[in-house]
Amino acid sequence: MIKEHCNILIIDDEQVIIDSISKIASFEDLSVDFALLGKIAFEKLDKKNFDLIICDIMLPEMDGFQILSEIEKRKIDTPVIMTTGYSTIENAVKSLYLGAIDFIPKPFEIDEMISLIHRGMRYSKLLEANKNGIEKILLVPCPAKYYRLGYSCWMSQELDGSVLIGSTDFFIKTIEPVKHVELLNSGEILTQASPCAKFNSDDDYTHQLYSVLSGNIIGRNEKVIEQPELLEKDPYFEGWLYRIIPTEFDYETKILIPCSSDR
Amino acid sequence: MFRKIGTKLILVVSITAVIIIGVFSYLNIERQTEVLRSEVQRHANQLSESVKNATRFVMLKNDRDYIQQIIDRIGIDPAINDVKILNKEGEIIYSSRPDDIGKMLDKQAESCYACHAANQPLEKLPMKNRTRFFTANPDSAQILGIINPIYNEPTCYESDCHAHESSAKVLGVLDVTISLKDVENQIKANEIQGAIFAFVAIIAIGFIIGLFVKRYVDKPVKELVNATEQVASGNINYKITNLGNDELGKLGKSFNDMTKKLDETSQQLYQSTKMASLGQLAAGVAHEINNPLTGVLTYSSFLLKRTKDNPQMQEDLNVIVRETKRSREIVKGLLDFARQSVPKKSLCDINEILDRAIAVVSNQVKLNRITIERINDPELPNITADANQIQQVFLNLFVNGIDAIGQDGKIQVTTSHMSLSPRGITQIKNAVCGKTHSLVDPQHKIGGMSSIRMKIKSNGNEGFVHLDPVYGMHRHYFGLNFNQNAVNQLTCPTCDISLIDKNVKCPECSGAVYKIQVPNQGYVEGCASFKCKWQRWGYIDGAGEKKFVEIDIADSGCGIPPENLNKIFEPFFSTKGQRGTGLGLSVIWGIIDNHNGVITVQSEVGKGTTFSIRLPQGNMKAFV
Repeated sequence: MIKEHCNILIIDDEQVIIDSISKIASFEDLSVDFALLGKIAFEKLDKKNFDLIICDIMLPEMDGFQILSEIEKRKIDTPVIMTTGYSTIENAVKSLYLGAIDFIPKPFEIDEMISLIHRGMRYSKLLEANKNGIEKILLVPCPAKYYRLGYSCWMSQELDGSVLIGSTDFFIKTIEPVKHVELLNSGEILTQASPCAKFNSDDDYTHQLYSVLSGNIIGRNEKVIEQPELLEKDPYFEGWLYRIIPTEFDYETKILIPCSSDR
Repeated sequence: MFRKIGTKLILVVSITAVIIIGVFSYLNIERQTEVLRSEVQRHANQLSESVKNATRFVMLKNDRDYIQQIIDRIGIDPAINDVKILNKEGEIIYSSRPDDIGKMLDKQAESCYACHAANQPLEKLPMKNRTRFFTANPDSAQILGIINPIYNEPTCYESDCHAHESSAKVLGVLDVTISLKDVENQIKANEIQGAIFAFVAIIAIGFIIGLFVKRYVDKPVKELVNATEQVASGNINYKITNLGNDELGKLGKSFNDMTKKLDETSQQLYQSTKMASLGQLAAGVAHEINNPLTGVLTYSSFLLKRTKDNPQMQEDLNVIVRETKRSREIVKGLLDFARQSVPKKSLCDINEILDRAIAVVSNQVKLNRITIERINDPELPNITADANQIQQVFLNLFVNGIDAIGQDGKIQVTTSHMSLSPRGITQIKNAVCGKTHSLVDPQHKIGGMSSIRMKIKSNGNEGFVHLDPVYGMHRHYFGLNFNQNAVNQLTCPTCDISLIDKNVKCPECSGAVYKIQVPNQGYVEGCASFKCKWQRWGYIDGAGEKKFVEIDIADSGCGIPPENLNKIFEPFFSTKGQRGTGLGLSVIWGIIDNHNGVITVQSEVGKGTTFSIRLPQGNMKAFV
């Protein structure tokens, strides 16, 4: 049986959120369906194919995290973006840890949501293409000793104890070509699962990268700012973004995924 | 009545006193009686012997009338019951009672019994067996009888009268009986005296013990019971005074310590409960407000996109979008405060942030005829801070100032920069032993900051020392009393590795020195005997004086009464009643604290209030 196809499934108990996201999606000519409860969402997922799920965290009966776990249990590979009005770092971290591809706090701006939807759709297409093997996209593999937060940001500990962080190839592939990179300054503080870099794609949307660790920036890669294409060519070495001194290393690395598990 | 410890104590002591004094008195009286009786016995023997000797010569002369006269004369003494002389056959020959003369006595009679108990009569009677006690009839006093055998002598049978034969051993018996009435009276008097003494002694002991118990046990125990009841009923600040230096006094002191600790802990608990409920409130508010804000933001942004050809409308819509974004930041700020999150810092100009904050309140200031006077430091350096949060701080302080002034007044805003010695202001936020075990103890706070905990061994005692986490301050807490001059062992509480640096001697008292590693920030050293206040943190000292930016906001308002001054930074403390949430200043405190800054307040009722904020000018060195 060929399932009906729809672009985005919105799971939220607030009608105004569903309306807002629907409006944004329609602006991008994307079809939308919604569910007020997790139970209804899974009924819809049985009937239809979706490219992207946007899911609220605080929901009655089954909360967003339970939905995420259930999606993984059912082996549904549709990418999920989590959103919540209770936007804490803990919620962001937990979302990414449980397999969400991104996290967006409410209230969001149109452009933030559009850039996110763009990335989600690209992510979905990349998965599809790789699965069907029609036009297999070559991903630069993440080195084995690296760790990543969700699918977006990686870290690698140097011998001197400092940590290099950067953006995974998969994340770049959902944006590319990157036109412009905006980085924080040395001396500033990074917080895990909080925005650490902004990439502009050629459609002028800004994409935020969430930091893999918390720490103090002691150096940044000026070359990437000059030549953003470095990110695409060599995301794991020449395309690093920051050198930081982590502040909560032992605690925060527990929720990271070792890149050695990718192969 | 017997539930009181004092009564029990008195009772036990009294019973013991009764038993001891009773037994003692009884034994004493017994002994006295015995001594008295034996004395009477001795006396009687002497008397009997005297009678025998006195009559001896007359007997030899066989002058019977004269003998009877002597016997009569002796018998006149009231103490002497009677005196009689029996012959060998038991016939009374002489007696002080004339009626008895000529009577025959049976061998079983009490006078004869001593010698004639056995079938064969004794010829010699030892001294102690001569006396006997008997009662003539049940009503009369006891009587003491002394028999004194009169032995045959050569003069008796060689005499001309030939009254006795030479073969007889015993010629007769002198029997003296003495009434013991006086002696018994004396014994009775002794008994009564002893009993009175015992009674008085017991009463006196009971009274003295009672007084002592009342003064040293009853009163302190009553005070302790009262204190526990006071604390139980909620008066946690109740202090026990003046219980002396004994164990109860010490109990009172440790009770006071306990209530003090309890008070502190309950304050902390109160604070954290408030924080927790604030967190829940914030979560609820954030969730509820952020959803409608999403709608406002999305739809107004859409309108912006749709009305690109209408600049008038664009301008208005931009205000909606901007203000919605600001609301978003406010809600986020509430969330951040409730969760004490890390501020998003960037380099910013404090004077500029002040300009922005003043612009926001300019309308209100004008309406209330308040002037804002600025004294700007033209060389104020930029600092790393979260501009939004700092602006919120200033805004809150301005609003508070305006509220305090009401109508007509002045707010003076002064900015300045300064350098201060790192001593007394730098916090040791992290400390580890040689094996990198953390020494920071968040359970024990000194001045609101987690202390540094070390294990101390001194004279066989073991305990913990809590170091003041502020470098150069010495509000250390010692869990154990130790000799400050002795060599103290300081070790890591986790792995027991020594924290004493043997290569260094205290330059002030040349005692031992402890050395603690501060990750990335060198070592803190200090005098391990704590008798002098030497401390060195080379890393921080080397960095020179710490640079600060200070912002003073002084209003000419009503002022804060002194009793409220230490409460104003507590969450939910408000004097504005329904108009305030009581969160403003606590949010400010949280923000400044998150920036490693300090906020202090000085106020005089009727004259005004000055808030001073001191923010560090970036501590970059710590990160490199």
